[in-house]
Amino acid sequence: MTLFSQTGQAKREPQTKVRYSFLYSRKIAPYLFISPFIISILILYLYPFISAVKMSFERVLPGQVFFVGLDNYERVFNPVFFRALQNTSVYVLLTVVILTVIPLILALMLNHRLTRFSNFFRAAIFIPALTSVVVAGTVFRLIFGESDQALANQFLSLFGASALDWRYGSATAMFLMVAMASWRWMGVNIIYFLAALQTVNKDLEEASQMDGANAWQRFRYVTLPAIKPIIVFLVTISIINGFRMFEESYVLWETSSPGYIGLTVVRYIYQQGIRNNDMGFGAAVGIILLLIIFIVSMIQLYATGAFKRED
Amino acid sequence: MVDHRHEKLISLSMLAVLSIFAFLALFPVLSLLVASLSPATDLMRHGLSPELFFSKFDFQNYVAIFTTEAGDRYWDWYLNSVIVSSILIALSLLFSSMVGYALAMYEFPGKRIIFILVLLVMMIPFEIMMLPLFQLVITLGLVDTYFGTVLPLLVAPVAVFFFRQYSLGLPREVMEAARVDGCTEFGIFFRIMVPLMLPSFAAMAIFQGLISWNNFLWPLLVLRSNDMFTLPIGLATLLTPYGNNYQILFAGALLSIVPIVILFLCFQRFFIAGLTSGSVKG
Repeated sequence: MTLFSQTGQAKREPQTKVRYSFLYSRKIAPYLFISPFIISILILYLYPFISAVKMSFERVLPGQVFFVGLDNYERVFNPVFFRALQNTSVYVLLTVVILTVIPLILALMLNHRLTRFSNFFRAAIFIPALTSVVVAGTVFRLIFGESDQALANQFLSLFGASALDWRYGSATAMFLMVAMASWRWMGVNIIYFLAALQTVNKDLEEASQMDGANAWQRFRYVTLPAIKPIIVFLVTISIINGFRMFEESYVLWETSSPGYIGLTVVRYIYQQGIRNNDMGFGAAVGIILLLIIFIVSMIQLYATGAFKRED
Repeated sequence: MVDHRHEKLISLSMLAVLSIFAFLALFPVLSLLVASLSPATDLMRHGLSPELFFSKFDFQNYVAIFTTEAGDRYWDWYLNSVIVSSILIALSLLFSSMVGYALAMYEFPGKRIIFILVLLVMMIPFEIMMLPLFQLVITLGLVDTYFGTVLPLLVAPVAVFFFRQYSLGLPREVMEAARVDGCTEFGIFFRIMVPLMLPSFAAMAIFQGLISWNNFLWPLLVLRSNDMFTLPIGLATLLTPYGNNYQILFAGALLSIVPIVILFLCFQRFFIAGLTSGSVKG
């Protein structure tokens, strides 16, 4: 309407409105809200992801880059990589089982009406999650020292067992890595389970008790179905985090472990890509790791029926 | 009626199991405290021996951390960790709260795709993109800088998810009223909604702060000079068998967790809200 107006003032008004109207627009505002995030995703996720794929087909030297086709991938399948993959797989298997079953049992106890001091126990078991992996590594190296006098070996001697070279044996090395991860993450997973247990239908639980269901039956048919989504979630992130493991190994052995006993896939990426400056090769290992994680997660999600109920 | 002796037995056995696990969780923390109060060279040679738990405390490590040059370096790392965590908390909370809020409060084309993108980003392991990101940081000249250290953590999908869930409960009537009064969409967010969202900001500040405070692999790549190290990277350099600053390591490791533990004991509720955010469906 103002278009037809001839006065100068009326002409200027729509102009200022145009200039600032986007601040008032409900259509544009959401895009402004999400734009910093989208830009960061493009720079920090999409670009590196595409480069990683590209890099895995290249030989990257300072100042020059050659396309080498599948060369890097052919080199990946060597005994050292398989050793890393084997270590990582054992680690994933152990941490997934330990960090799902034990926290579930402890959460059920903490949630039980007969448990006293449950707030204290929850806080106490959570505290290790606050420590950095370096702090955890420092303590574990002290407790599991090689000397006969170190705590763990003294403890073994109580049972007449001989002292162990914890960080220098294959099985004990795996034990240390799994123990460290379990120590740090136990409390976190308990919190997840406790949150999930609050969603269990109390009426259904009481009704089943009235009907004479015993504790195991109540758990099996009432509690378990209700917390199944969280179990699937925790198993999935435990698998992903397990395959990503690097830090536990690094703080136990720094740059190299004797006879590859602490070598993991990500550690192999770090060694080859950063330390040996062979970025193309490191990227190829990374892509293979991504495929492994993807396949294992899919099998797991399929096996637990996570796809069936989803919309 | 259930007989009381039976209940008592259950109660006691659960108490016993929980006590064992609480002990296993707290024992290493106690060990660190004892280690920080024991002669450092003994520890490095023999590990932590049981006698040290009962021997007289030795404050040498703490004296060293407050008086020596190596101790000064430790406090540099501490300061760096505080700065890096603060930058990360400020930037990632700003970005992710805006996205979470927009996803919850507006209807716009592309909304579903953005939400799926957030979930997808949650699943791609950072390690895959680590090498190209490292190259990018070198190209941009961000090696050895605070900004380079926080860069990959700026995208915080878990926080976006959390803010979205939280914003769904915000009052929409207030939005309408503010619009009638001539408030801009940004004004509505910053002046009206952010104050209402403060508990969620607290939860995410703690969550992001913890991630940043303990972050290891990326800073290990990006930080090169000793005076730029964050606490975990600096302490890791002391772990080597060739080092001679074990005093700083043991006292420093303990001092590095003290502020976090205090925060946790004061704000448990926020810690727990921050953690469970990524998993709760809805």
